[in-house]
Amino acid sequence: MTAVPKPLLVEVKGLRHFYSGQDHLVLDDVNLELAQGEIVGLLGRSGSGKSTLLRSIAGLIRPSEGIARLVPGPEVPDPSVAMVFQTFALFPWLTVLENVELGLEAQKVPAADRRARSLAAIDLIGLDGFENAYPKELSGGMRQRVGLARALVVNPSLLLMDEPFSALDVLTAETLRTDLLDLWSEGRVPIKSILIVTHNIEEAVLMCDRILVFSTNPGRVVGEIRVDLPQPRDRLDPAFRALVDDIYARMTARTEITAPMRDGLFPGTGIAMVLPRVSTNSLAGLIEEVDGTPFDGRASMSELADSLQLEADELFPMAETLQLLRFAELRGAQLVLTPAARRYAQGDVDQRKALFAQALGQHVPLVQHIRRVLDERASHEAPARRFRDELEDYMSEDYADETLRTVTLWGRYAEIFAYDEEADRFSLEDAH
Amino acid sequence: MSPDRTSARPLPAFSRMLRLTRPSREDAIAFVILAGLGVVFFRAGQGALAPLSALQLEPVRLDPAWLPYYALRTVLRMFAALFASTVFTLVVATLAARSRHAGQLIVPALDILQSVPILGFLTFTVTFFMGLFPGSVLGVEAASIFVIFTSQAWNMAFSFYQSLRSIPSDLEEAAMVYRLSPIRRFLRLDLPFGTPALVWNAMMSMSGGWFFVVASEAMTVGQTTVTLPGIGSYLASAIAHQDFGAVAEAVGAMALVIVAYDQLFFRPIVAWADRFRFEMTASTERPQSWVFDVLRRTRLLPVVLSPLGAIGRLLLAFEPRRSRRRVVGTTAPNPLIERAWQALVLLSVAAALVLTGHAVMRYLVWHDVLTALLLGGLTMIRVIVLIALASLIWVPIGVWIGLRPAWAERLQPVAQFLAAFPANVLFPFVVIGIVHWHLSPDLWLSPLMILGTQWYILFNVIAGASAIPTDLREAADMFGVRGWQWWRQVAIPGIFPYYITGALTASGGSWNASIVAEVASWGDHKLVAHGLGSYIAEATTAGDYARVALGIGVMCLFVLGFNRLLWRPLYAYGERRMRLT
Repeated sequence: MTAVPKPLLVEVKGLRHFYSGQDHLVLDDVNLELAQGEIVGLLGRSGSGKSTLLRSIAGLIRPSEGIARLVPGPEVPDPSVAMVFQTFALFPWLTVLENVELGLEAQKVPAADRRARSLAAIDLIGLDGFENAYPKELSGGMRQRVGLARALVVNPSLLLMDEPFSALDVLTAETLRTDLLDLWSEGRVPIKSILIVTHNIEEAVLMCDRILVFSTNPGRVVGEIRVDLPQPRDRLDPAFRALVDDIYARMTARTEITAPMRDGLFPGTGIAMVLPRVSTNSLAGLIEEVDGTPFDGRASMSELADSLQLEADELFPMAETLQLLRFAELRGAQLVLTPAARRYAQGDVDQRKALFAQALGQHVPLVQHIRRVLDERASHEAPARRFRDELEDYMSEDYADETLRTVTLWGRYAEIFAYDEEADRFSLEDAH
Repeated sequence: MSPDRTSARPLPAFSRMLRLTRPSREDAIAFVILAGLGVVFFRAGQGALAPLSALQLEPVRLDPAWLPYYALRTVLRMFAALFASTVFTLVVATLAARSRHAGQLIVPALDILQSVPILGFLTFTVTFFMGLFPGSVLGVEAASIFVIFTSQAWNMAFSFYQSLRSIPSDLEEAAMVYRLSPIRRFLRLDLPFGTPALVWNAMMSMSGGWFFVVASEAMTVGQTTVTLPGIGSYLASAIAHQDFGAVAEAVGAMALVIVAYDQLFFRPIVAWADRFRFEMTASTERPQSWVFDVLRRTRLLPVVLSPLGAIGRLLLAFEPRRSRRRVVGTTAPNPLIERAWQALVLLSVAAALVLTGHAVMRYLVWHDVLTALLLGGLTMIRVIVLIALASLIWVPIGVWIGLRPAWAERLQPVAQFLAAFPANVLFPFVVIGIVHWHLSPDLWLSPLMILGTQWYILFNVIAGASAIPTDLREAADMFGVRGWQWWRQVAIPGIFPYYITGALTASGGSWNASIVAEVASWGDHKLVAHGLGSYIAEATTAGDYARVALGIGVMCLFVLGFNRLLWRPLYAYGERRMRLT
C-alpha cells in the first residue's frame, strides 16, 4: 500500500459566518479539507455552527467570509452534492417514488430513465413495495430511508448528512447506520465522500474515518481525531471506549485551552456570560446520580451519558453549569462532585435552596447584579427588559433572552428574587 | 394540481381511463352532472355578453319560473370572482413571499385593503367598468364581479402568503439542494403546501361574497341605475313592488343555491385538498364528500383535472433549460439599493397622499370631515353595542353546544350556513316591522348590521368550546368547579382566542354591512339611520364622489383603529396566556 494522498473533494478556507444583520459570530476561521473516500464527522454541540458549515458546503448559505467549494478533479470533473436532513424533509403530498424522483426531475432526466434509476435506488435502500406509499404511512426509519434514496439517486459526489439519525429511536438509528456503512464499504453507492454532522459522540466514532470537534460560540475546529479502528466497529471494544472517553475529554478540555483564566466555562465574562437553559431539576438529578452508587461522587462523562440516556449535547451544558456553580469539577472526561454538591445531595428542600442560592450569589454575576439593582430601588422592582437590553450589549438577542430566562429560573428557585411574567418584572416581594 | 403527479404513478391515469372497460354507474352520474353544468354555464354566459340595451328591454321579471336562470347568473358571477381571486392570490401572494421588495409593499396593502368597506367601492368601479366596456352588459357584470372579488381576494392572498411563509425550512432547503427551478418549486412545494388553507379560506370568503353579490346586482350610482339579472335584483324588484311572496321565493332560492354550491363544489374540493395537509401522521378524521367519492370512482376525474395538469406543464415549458449549477441561498442585501427602494416607496406614498387629499379637499370643507367622523362615532357605538349583545347571547349558547360533541357536529355546519346566508335578503322583513309599528330607524335598523355577522361569533365559540381538552373539563368537574368560577377559569380562557377571531370578523363585517343596513326600504318607505354607513350609501346614490371617498377613508380609519388597538392586542394576549394545548 502506497500512501498516495487521495484527491481533494471539498475545500473550506478561512470561513467565517455572521448571522445576518447581527454581529453574532457563528463560525470563526474554519479550514477543512475533505479527500475522496473518507467519511468525516463534524462533532459539536448545538450552536457550534456545524450545520451552518454543512449548509455552506451545500451552497444553501453564502458564508460572510472565506470560501467553501467542491474541488473538480480528473475523476470527478463536475462534483455535486446531495443532502439528508434531520427531519427527513419529505414532501408529504408526493409518494415515495415521486419523492425519490424529485432531484432527477429537476435535472430533466427523461421519464423512463428516471423511473428506472429511482426504482433501483428504492430497491438498494430496502424500500421495495413502498413505492406508492405516502410518507405519512411510513415509520421514521423508513422515511429516512426515502431521504437516503432521494439523495443517492442523483449520484452525488458528496453526501451531506445533517444529524440524519437523531430523530430516530436507538434501534432504528443503529440499523440505518449499519446499512449505510455496508453500502459504503461494499462500494454499492457512487458517492465519493460523506460529511456527517452529529452531536452523538459514539455515532461519530462508529461511522467516521476522521472527526472534527467544534467549540461553541463561536464555532471553531478545536480538535481533529483520526479513527483507525477497522469496520465494523464494536462499541464494547476497549479501544472504542478509550476513543469515546478521549473525545469527551477533548470537548471538556477545549475551554481550558481557549480561556484559561476565565471564571466560567461559558463564553463571556461577568454579567456578559452566556448561560445555557438548564433547569434546576436536571441539575439536582445529575448531582444525585453522581452522588449515588455506583459513581460515589466521581463519574466519567460517557458512563453518565449512558446511564442517564442523555446525548453529549445535553449532558455538557449540565455538567458545565455544575462546574460554574462549583458543585463539580470536570477533570478530563471525569465529573467530580465538590463537598458542597455532596451536601446538596443529602439536604432537604430548604437546605438545597440555601446551598443553591449561595452558589448563585458567589458565582453567577448576573444574579448578583439583578439582586443589587432590586435592593437599591425603593420599590424593589425592576423591569426585566432593562436587564435584557443590558445583556444585548454583549450578546445576540436570542442569547440574551435565553440567558435571562435561565437566570430567572435559577433565581426563582433559589428565592433570590421573584418574577412576574405578565408584567415582565423582577421584584423582591415574596422572594423570602 | 402538480403537473406530473398522474404520469409519475406506475399506472398513468390517462391509460387507466382509456382502458376499454365498461363505464360504471358513477361514470353516468358524473357525466350527467358535468354535461348539465356545461350547458347551464353556456346559457348564462350568453346573457353576460348581451348589449346593455337588453337590460332595459328585459327587466327582471318577478316570475318564479325565471328564478333558476337568475340564480344561475348570480352563481356564475360568484365563480368568475372566485376564479379571479384565485389567480390574483397565486400571483400576488407568491410574489410577496418570494421577493422581499414586493412583500414590503404587498403585505401592508393587503392588510389595509381587508379593512376597506367594499360596498363603498361601487361608485368608482361601476363608472370605471362601464367605461371599459361601453354599451355592453359585460361592463356592469364586471363591476359586480369586481365587488365580489374585492370581498375575497385580499384575505385569500393574505392567507396564501402566510402559508408560504410557514413552509418548513427543511423542505425549502431540500428544494434548493435538489435544484428545483422556481416554477417547479412553486408547483411541487408552494402550491401543494398552501392549498388546504387556500381552499378553506376561499370557502369562507365565498360565504362573505353572497352578501355582496346580492347588494351589487341592483345598483344606483348617480344618474345610472343598473339591474343585472340575478337573485339580488329579483329581491330588489320584489321589495320595490312590495311583493311579499316574491321575497320569500328569493330567500328560498338563495338557501337552495348555497346548499348546492357547498355540496357540489366546496365539499369535494375540501375532501380532495386534504391530501395536501402538511402532517406526518395519518389523521383519523378526514373530510367527507359524496360528490368527491362519486367522482373518484369514475374514470372522468382525470379528464376533469387534466386542464390543471396541462397548465402546470405549460408553465414548465418556460423553465430555463439548465438550472444554475450551484445554488446560493441568502445573499446580503445591498444597502444602497435598499435605501433607494425605501426612498422610492416613501416618496410614492407621500405623492399619493397629497394628490388624493388635494382632489378630495377641493370639493369638501373641514366641516365635512368633522361630520364624517361624528357619524363614524355613531356607527362605532352601534357596532360595539351589537357585538357586546351578540356575545352575551351567543357565547353561552356556543359553549353549551361546543361541550356536547353530538350537538356541535350537527350545529356547526348550520352556523356556517347562516354565516354564508346573505342577511340583506332578510332586511325587508325588519323594515316592514319598523314601518308597521312606527319605530325609530336610528335604533331599530341597527340590528341589521349584525344579522349576518353574528354567526361568526357563534361558530368560533363552538369550535373553541369543543377544543377544550377533556382532561381539563374532568379536572374541573372533579374539584367541583362551577358557576362563575367555571366560566372564569375554564370556559372563557378556553374559548378566548377563538372568540376574538369570531368577534374580529363579526365587527369588520358589521362595519361593512352598515352601508346597506343603515338605509333600508320597503316599496316607497325608505328608512335612514344616522351613521357613516348611510352617509356613504346616500353619497353613492347621489354620485358624490368626494363624499364617498371621504366616507370610505373615515371608515377605513375606524376599522383599522379597531383592529390595531383592540382586537390584535386582545388576540396576542389570548395567544400568550390562554392557549390550551
